[in-house]
Amino acid sequence: MKTARPHRPVSPVSEPPGVRWALIALGVAFMGLFLVLPLAAVFSEALRQGLGAYLDALRQPDAQAAIRLTLLIAAIAVPLNVVFGVCASWAIAKFEFKGKAFLTTLIDLPFSVSPVISGLVYVLLFGSGSLLGPWLRAYGIEILFAVPGIVLATIFVTFPFVARELIPLMQDQGTGDEEAALSLGASGWQTFWRVTLPNIKWGLLYGVLLCNARAMGEFGAVAVVSGKIRGQTTTMPLQVEMFYNEYQATAAFALASLLALLALLTLVLKTALEWRFGDELAATGGGH
Amino acid sequence: MDVRVDHVRKEFDRFAALHDVSLDIGSGELIALLGPSGSGKTTLLRLIAGLERPTAGRIFFGDEDASEKSVQARNIGFVFQHYALFRHMTILENVAFGLKVRPRATRPPAGEIRRRARELLELVQLPGLEKRYPNQLSGGQRQRVALARALAIEPKVLLLDEPFGALDAQVRRELRKWLRDIHDHTGHTTVFVTHDQEEALELADRLCVMSQGRIEQVGTPDSVYDHPASPFVFGFIGESSQLPVNVERGDVWLGDRPIGIAAPEKQGDARLFFRPHDIELVEDGAALSGVVAGSRRVGGTRRVELDIGGAAHRVEIDLPFDHPAGERTQLAFRPKRWRLFPAT
Repeated sequence: MKTARPHRPVSPVSEPPGVRWALIALGVAFMGLFLVLPLAAVFSEALRQGLGAYLDALRQPDAQAAIRLTLLIAAIAVPLNVVFGVCASWAIAKFEFKGKAFLTTLIDLPFSVSPVISGLVYVLLFGSGSLLGPWLRAYGIEILFAVPGIVLATIFVTFPFVARELIPLMQDQGTGDEEAALSLGASGWQTFWRVTLPNIKWGLLYGVLLCNARAMGEFGAVAVVSGKIRGQTTTMPLQVEMFYNEYQATAAFALASLLALLALLTLVLKTALEWRFGDELAATGGGH
Repeated sequence: MDVRVDHVRKEFDRFAALHDVSLDIGSGELIALLGPSGSGKTTLLRLIAGLERPTAGRIFFGDEDASEKSVQARNIGFVFQHYALFRHMTILENVAFGLKVRPRATRPPAGEIRRRARELLELVQLPGLEKRYPNQLSGGQRQRVALARALAIEPKVLLLDEPFGALDAQVRRELRKWLRDIHDHTGHTTVFVTHDQEEALELADRLCVMSQGRIEQVGTPDSVYDHPASPFVFGFIGESSQLPVNVERGDVWLGDRPIGIAAPEKQGDARLFFRPHDIELVEDGAALSGVVAGSRRVGGTRRVELDIGGAAHRVEIDLPFDHPAGERTQLAFRPKRWRLFPAT
């Protein structure tokens, strides 16, 4: 008879404890070095000269203008992308049509294109040397180096967030609920507001959060089209860079800390949503 | 309201799901569309509902051509296999939905809508659950709610797509009786789709047996069971065995032996169909005789598998479970009721 060894509560498919701890420690150290440390640096730099200097830095006109512009851009770009995202996911999830796979791929395009290119596209489209440029100038319409250009670039970059979140969710839910509503006499519009929208609301909110975070934080595409006119076309990320280049470290980090706070808030809300409505969001395949 | 399906054809991407199907459904009738998966039964139901458009043919509600009408305009009640209850609404809100979305001119006042919804929940024996949400209910309860919701709009026709398909056997049997009671109580013209022949035989006034996009036979459960019109129906409804036989000189032959069945009007190769319980054991004379290959008890009967003509053909027959012949290794029998179909 073999010597009976006491059972240890270790699953036969898991690694030995030493390996597990080493892997966890490695992961935590890596995160600390590359994520937590820089984040802490942003806040410590911002508050190095005390809370008064921090608030003064945020109160100066350039910072105020940048904050206002960023909020304006997000307020335009996010709702437009919500409308587009819902329409596109509705079309893709609920109907069969030719070119569906192509449309799905196209929606992902902004993810795979460098943001600088996304900005450059609009320069090529609306710049003075382009086909549309002279025509726009003749009518006095400013797109490049003005708010419309920034909005367009932001929409382009944040294009996929809402749609990507909703397409798998809506495909998973199928058309049963909508058919039931129609058979009960509801119009298409009533079906959308009373059945479809409530079914996707948490996924939609999740997509809006991510879309908003990116819209406020976008640098590359916006940098190309904005022209960086102080107080007029500088969004928060651009203003951070400007302050930094002008050796206004406190101002730069103060503004940066706001963006970091936005990111943290987004993360908290996202986690809260996942925790509370994990079942409904599961269909999205874990987000991004 | 009677429903007439008139030479309807339906194609999906060139694939024909229904070929030229015609069916008359009487007012107040409970009819089952029965067939294996892919037979087109759900497609036919969805065409009647208006959830699909026919490629050709027309559908009449009474004397009115409903083919071009939208699903909303047809005023049908539809019950889905997976309930399709609105998960963010309470049970009461679910049932009241069809009345709430009516245009203001025809919408009853809010109090009246609530009263009607409560009444319906009582009809489906779910009073007291008004404030619950669908995910707090069992499958059987959800399907009752789905039916109450469909009945709320006072439909002209009630259409059910495998209504009990997602439920376990016990609940299914219960709901079957209950649906029959509701139907007798409300008198709606009801069409339901099922692949479960037992359900169809027990519940329906008439069966419409379908296969590969065509209607094979329409009739009462008894007539379809007793007089199947095609080999498919014989095989699909109830248990059956078949043997390749030969008809000559008024007798049916298996190989070189007559089997004791007279078939005066036919000639040549044929397929013989019979049911396991429609047989009699015989001791002598022309008969089918076989070697017992296996036997198992199913409830009150013993199902015996027989190899006939060596191991060339295997058939099944039923004996009472305590019949002494169940111990034997060789049995001879004659079908009491049978049918010959042309050989294919």
